[in-house]
Amino acid sequence: MATDAVQPAEVWTPFFGRLTLDWIPYHEPILVGTFGAIVLGGLVLLAILTKYRLWVPLWKDWITTIDHKKIGIMYMILGFIMFVRGFADALMMRAQQAMAAGGAEGYLPPHHFDQVFTAHGVIMIFFVAMAFVTGIMNYVMPAQIGARDVAFPFLNNFSFWMTVAGALLVNISLFVGEFARVGWLAFPPLSGSDYSTGPGMDYYLWSLQIAGVGTTLSGINLVATIFKMRAPGMKLFDMPVFTWTTLCTNVLIVAAFPVLTATLALLTLDRYLGTHFFTNDMGGNAMMYVNLIWIWGHPEVYILIIPIFGVFSEIVSTFSGKPLFGYKTMVWATACIMVLSFVVWLHHFFTMGSGANVNTFFGITTMIIAVPTGVKIFNWLFTMYKGRVRFEVPMLWTVGFLVTFTIGGMTGVLLAVPPVDFQLHNTLFLIAHFHNVIIGGVVFGVMAAVTFWWPKAFGFKLDDRWGKRSFWFWCIGFYFAFMPLYALGLMGVTRRMNAYMDSAWQIYFVIAAFGAGLIALGIASTFIGFFVSIKNRKALACGPDPWNGRTLEWAMQSPPAPYNFPQEVHVRGRDEWWRMKQEGFQWSEIYEPIHMPKNTASGVLIAAFALVLGFAMVWYIWWLAIVSFFACLAIGIAHTFNYNRDYWIPESDIAKQEQKGALA
Amino acid sequence: MLRRLKLPPLLLAVLALSGCQYDVLNPSGWVALEQRNLLIISTLLMLIVIIPVLIMSVYFPWKYRARREDQSDYDPEFEHSTSLEVVIWGVPILIVAALGVYTYIYTHRLDPYKPIEHLAAEDTIEVQAVSLDWKWLFIYPQYGVASVNELAIPANRQIEFKLSSSTVMNTLSIPALGGMVYSMAGMQTKLHLVADHEGIYQGRSAHYSGPGFSQMTFETKAMSDADFEAWVASAKGAESPLTRASYLELEAPTIDAPVSYYSDVEDGLFQRIVGLCVQDGKVCMGDMMMQDMQGGGGLEGLGNGAAYEYDRYRRIDGFGNPIPFDPASEGESHGHGHDDMSMNEDNKTAHPSDAAKEYAQNGY
Repeated sequence: MATDAVQPAEVWTPFFGRLTLDWIPYHEPILVGTFGAIVLGGLVLLAILTKYRLWVPLWKDWITTIDHKKIGIMYMILGFIMFVRGFADALMMRAQQAMAAGGAEGYLPPHHFDQVFTAHGVIMIFFVAMAFVTGIMNYVMPAQIGARDVAFPFLNNFSFWMTVAGALLVNISLFVGEFARVGWLAFPPLSGSDYSTGPGMDYYLWSLQIAGVGTTLSGINLVATIFKMRAPGMKLFDMPVFTWTTLCTNVLIVAAFPVLTATLALLTLDRYLGTHFFTNDMGGNAMMYVNLIWIWGHPEVYILIIPIFGVFSEIVSTFSGKPLFGYKTMVWATACIMVLSFVVWLHHFFTMGSGANVNTFFGITTMIIAVPTGVKIFNWLFTMYKGRVRFEVPMLWTVGFLVTFTIGGMTGVLLAVPPVDFQLHNTLFLIAHFHNVIIGGVVFGVMAAVTFWWPKAFGFKLDDRWGKRSFWFWCIGFYFAFMPLYALGLMGVTRRMNAYMDSAWQIYFVIAAFGAGLIALGIASTFIGFFVSIKNRKALACGPDPWNGRTLEWAMQSPPAPYNFPQEVHVRGRDEWWRMKQEGFQWSEIYEPIHMPKNTASGVLIAAFALVLGFAMVWYIWWLAIVSFFACLAIGIAHTFNYNRDYWIPESDIAKQEQKGALA
Repeated sequence: MLRRLKLPPLLLAVLALSGCQYDVLNPSGWVALEQRNLLIISTLLMLIVIIPVLIMSVYFPWKYRARREDQSDYDPEFEHSTSLEVVIWGVPILIVAALGVYTYIYTHRLDPYKPIEHLAAEDTIEVQAVSLDWKWLFIYPQYGVASVNELAIPANRQIEFKLSSSTVMNTLSIPALGGMVYSMAGMQTKLHLVADHEGIYQGRSAHYSGPGFSQMTFETKAMSDADFEAWVASAKGAESPLTRASYLELEAPTIDAPVSYYSDVEDGLFQRIVGLCVQDGKVCMGDMMMQDMQGGGGLEGLGNGAAYEYDRYRRIDGFGNPIPFDPASEGESHGHGHDDMSMNEDNKTAHPSDAAKEYAQNGY
């Protein structure tokens, strides 16, 4: 007997499947407390919605919306909510590792700790970073190319709600059953049906599959938007760099996510139907899974960082008052990274025993990616060169990014050298490295983007002081939290341990926990900043172009009208809005009716049934799975018979809207 | 020359100040030393470009701040310079090329499958390391002994590890001696290491493998040849032979298992572990592959599934407790050859209602 605790017995009843009361974790004070807080918060929210009669507007203007701007904002809200959840997991891990030294057990037994680190990785990648970058791309890209919406507005709404359904399923696992205890990529055989019994691993599979549908469709949508919806005259090489990076990212999504879907589907077959793709016996091969998941997994990290490169490109050139240095280089460097990201996957497992030639190949291809990435850094530096750099909050994040990301890039290249990786693989050095690039890159980029485009979305700037506080807490907190992990990695300390004997390591973990505390203050500052700014929105109100922007989104009103641009824009080159401003551009006052898509509830309904389907599959409630599957299908088919999908905005409404905007 | 490369003084100062053992930077084996050297070479090579970038990242925004006095150098049209572009592509390419050469040389020299070049091959000690749930079994085929959670090796002699696993993936990691390699069930991987001097080095599994992972540690005791002979002799005296039966007992999941020794290891045990056929009546993997090559068992073979099954006899719950598997309940006619694999008489999962009660009481 390994431990005293045991898992609830395996029983199956036709109505509840394998769900029994034993699976409700009412013995866990942490979970009961969390549940209580969420219920309380939910009740308060319900009360507010009811009191201010917001139910109908919420449904009509937000939940069923097909407006890319509102969907973008909802992705950001999802990202921030899940960020709080993922960060709570991070704090729990830091606290556990700071305590559990030299024989102490800490407060999280392995059964709980292992779920926490798995959930942290899954949530931060799939439901925080992905939600953030998808939200930014959704909001900004159509505006940058002078479009009124994305190519497939309904699909956009559907994609968003599928992502939400996946996120909800992960969170349901907190209170009904358990989550996976396998690490964020769920390597078999550990994630197989025999070594991961119970529903945790199935929650993992179904939530990622459901959210994956959303991500893939969203990728197709945005690629089609860029190719088909650009304003007349805008050639590919006239597109803003952020649009270019969006294009590369979504090509990566379309190419890579089907691999994830297929890989997880094979593992699902192993777990549900007893196939042997990745088992030890019967000719299965777990190494195949490791290869397949990283063929998706490596492009995935570029899916996260490439749009952020676009964000920083826009910010650096705007706040330096100069066009981006080496625009073409930037585009080609991005394209290089996009292609190369598919030929480096094996660097995640040099230690699996491939020959020296194979390891050398993948080591060198990985280093080659550092070249276009380095070129980008130089491009940003030389954009500032001979410029007029304004130290607004987005620019602070940019400088923080340049320094932090460069360090993270260096440790990444170190890990790309196979013999060095043999020593550092799976140590905290690796953990420090990828947090260094994901926090220093993606998180800093998202914070910069939020500060940069917030005035566009809402018509007022974010409070400066709280923005700066957030930056400094984040930046200093990051170094406190992760530099000790580099040091621990150089001592050979392994990741994912819930306890360790060598108490000399403890001080490093304590410093890291302190850093995590500083980051918590940074996150709090961000939320306080939002709150303070919304309260003072009258004082912080700004025009449509507060930063003296260069690209077309700044030509829209703030907040933008549903149709984005009152007239079609004719594009003649790069940085079109900059040129238009210099020419003293004014919108014409002669309007024509604008053709727009209509809201629909199909997306949210299908996603709701997909969530039920996922839950039913996790718990083997076959009847419910069948019912919800056919419900999804039926709503999807019914939606195709809905011919009432579009409407015209009359001239008078446009005139009214434009006048209002001009006054604001 | 490279072997004499010294750590930068700053790093040494940090080492001296801290009470910690920076095993990766200050190693005790030739493999780890070479890997450390490469780590430093790579770092220095990259610093050629990293340091200027870090300086520019802070200097440029400050130098060209909007509030500076003399703004005559503001050039809103400056967006291209061929000579600068050549430099910003050229320098990283040159550095990566240099790094690529080092990578090629060192990756081939330090290939873990390759014997260490400067050590005498005839002095090699072979260790068959098996990751079990959640402990390490080390078999010494040349001496016919085995140990659990303790690795004894003679210093300055090449150790050839042959790695495998009983269930899930693990990694054998002894940072003071050199890099790690995965151990995987049904497969054998290899690793060559050496300890340059006597001492005790911490080893562990570095690949997360389940509930007992954190305690999956062992001490590597590098000793003189004489001490090693004495260690072997004392292991021989343990008088508990490692047979197929006792291996199956040992294989049952345990957390934080104590150090133990086995005398007389049954011949071919490791090959059977790799072949997933330690148990009687199981077809070894090599034989299965041969049968598949010859067209498989056909329809008549359908009933023989149990002889090829492995994982489902090793099911565990989320706390690491074995879940007994009863083939009869699955409606399979063939029960021969796989006697009850659950080694725990007091297995609580056998009684669902008790298990639930236990679950509730324990508060997990």
